[in-house]
Amino acid sequence: MPAERLMPTEESIDLIALTRDIVDRELRPRVDAAERAASFPREVFRTLGRAGLLGLPYPEEYGGGGQPYEVYLQVVEEIASAWASVGVGTSVHALSCFGLFTAGTDEQKQRWLPDMLGGELLGAYCLSEAHAGSDPAAMRTRAVRVGDEYVIDGAKAWTTHGGEADFYKVMARTSEGSRGISCFLVPADTPGLVADNPEDKMGLMGSTTATMLFDGVRVPAERRLGEEGQGLSIALAGLDSGRLGIAAVATGVAQGALDVAVAYARERESFGKPIIEHQGLAFVLADMAAAVESARATYLAAARLKDAGRPFSRQASIAKLVATDNAMRVTTDAVQVLGGAGYTKDFPVERYMREVKVMQIFEGTNQIQRLVISRGLAR
Amino acid sequence: MNIVVCVKYVPDATADRSFDSSDSTVDREGVDGLLSELDEYAVEQALLAAEDGDGEVTVLTVGPADAADAVRKALQMGADKGVHVEDDDIAGSDAVATSLILAKALGTLEYDLVFFGMSSTDGTMGVVPTMVAERLGLPAVTYGSEITVDGSTVTVRRDGDVATETITATAPAVVSVTDQSGEPRYPSFKGIMAAKKKPVEDLTLSDLGIDASEVGLGAAWTKVLSFAPRPPRSAGEIVTDEGDGGTKLAEFLASKKFV
Repeated sequence: MPAERLMPTEESIDLIALTRDIVDRELRPRVDAAERAASFPREVFRTLGRAGLLGLPYPEEYGGGGQPYEVYLQVVEEIASAWASVGVGTSVHALSCFGLFTAGTDEQKQRWLPDMLGGELLGAYCLSEAHAGSDPAAMRTRAVRVGDEYVIDGAKAWTTHGGEADFYKVMARTSEGSRGISCFLVPADTPGLVADNPEDKMGLMGSTTATMLFDGVRVPAERRLGEEGQGLSIALAGLDSGRLGIAAVATGVAQGALDVAVAYARERESFGKPIIEHQGLAFVLADMAAAVESARATYLAAARLKDAGRPFSRQASIAKLVATDNAMRVTTDAVQVLGGAGYTKDFPVERYMREVKVMQIFEGTNQIQRLVISRGLAR
Repeated sequence: MNIVVCVKYVPDATADRSFDSSDSTVDREGVDGLLSELDEYAVEQALLAAEDGDGEVTVLTVGPADAADAVRKALQMGADKGVHVEDDDIAGSDAVATSLILAKALGTLEYDLVFFGMSSTDGTMGVVPTMVAERLGLPAVTYGSEITVDGSTVTVRRDGDVATETITATAPAVVSVTDQSGEPRYPSFKGIMAAKKKPVEDLTLSDLGIDASEVGLGAAWTKVLSFAPRPPRSAGEIVTDEGDGGTKLAEFLASKKFV
């Protein structure tokens, strides 16, 4: 059953219909094989890009869709309800364009943003390092100014789309301390930039994750976004929006798990009636539905604050925390509802459960989210 | 090259479709409607044929108020303008009456080619394209699986059971296309935004000079007398092979008149 949505405009209703059409025809038939084979669905991203779904939250003057987060996130949720890797990729791409949009000069934006939002290119961002995840200020990758260029050396871990992307938003150290980090937009074909072997993960196998290795990568100074030293604040500003994206992805996967569980519980019989008519199981499904819908309401409340131009950092962390913890519970319960069948790869719920686990970890662990929330309360 | 694509708004083929018990017509209330998927192929071919020139693609539909959704979908895909013939008296029209309304509506438009899908996904008769061509005195090339437009000549490949034909016609002409003619494009979000500004002309029977008695359920040449839901599938018969399995299978097929 598709999620019931209250969309703000007629075009956003059509946008959801378009998304569902593409999801049904292009994503659902491919997801299972691609996730099993760990193959990155580059063509699917081209289809989404050509339909205009990769640039939705950016202004039309730069080739975006001019849509509020309230609408964009629900598109991401619909995509993720069929294919979590592609939902994550859509959110990561939006985030990889965020630095240029917020910190770039007009000239930089006019030069690069239309191509990045036009749908043919895919982005990635490089923030974490092996020893600097939750504490990005501990990063060691360096960018040294040499004439009109910066020379970047180091390794950036956990890069979604690493080796597949066309451009990378890279945070690197130009001087010491948390104010010594700068942000660069690096084309994928820059000499010296290569992807290490992809991580062999528990889930999201269709989403390539790799460490990006920088060996004397020369980047023109005009590709620095913002001033020297602004890199960390550019990255952290984007994270709030990225957290909303992950909240939407988690909600979508949870919705997908709920749909499979309900369909199964209506069909499967025990003791002479469908198992959904046994109250013990029906209440599990009721709790799942409540968890999915409250997660959706939570991320939409945060999105509306952002769309209104109000501070939304705490609400973004709450949405990420609630949506991903709820999704972990919902997908685990979906496996339970399907019983032994749920534990097999004949049904997608075991995959949903593996996929959601990382959502409690990336884009700020849920412990970091609690830190952000509680610090906001203490102020 | 100006092209008109005739499209139909149909009940979603993936939903539970049924008849209205009061007049034995398709129940449109209880099911979502959409642009017939087979007509999307016609829209695609029209857009491709019009891409190189400076002509326009007009999408034409005959149907109830909700049929505006089918027109809008075609406009979102890239058609330039729409024409929607809507009139309460049209309800229940058969293929003959539908072809009359389409032919009259085409009479108000400028066109070189008229494109159709091979059939609707609900009625699935596939006769309307030829009926319209007959009424307008135009050549009809149906079931095209490859369409090439060069100047005022349209070349169409028809894949039949025993032979493949290549047929050319000179515009103006009517062409219907199959689902092998090329995958229809998705609308883009920009297309969705642009469609809001594209003109759609609403016409009634009197605008077209058609008397209500010529169309609708009353004028239909065919009538649904009764209908019944498809019976639920029963369990199949299992044949155990005791050396005579082949004979039993042959007898089963013969009893069902398959052989």
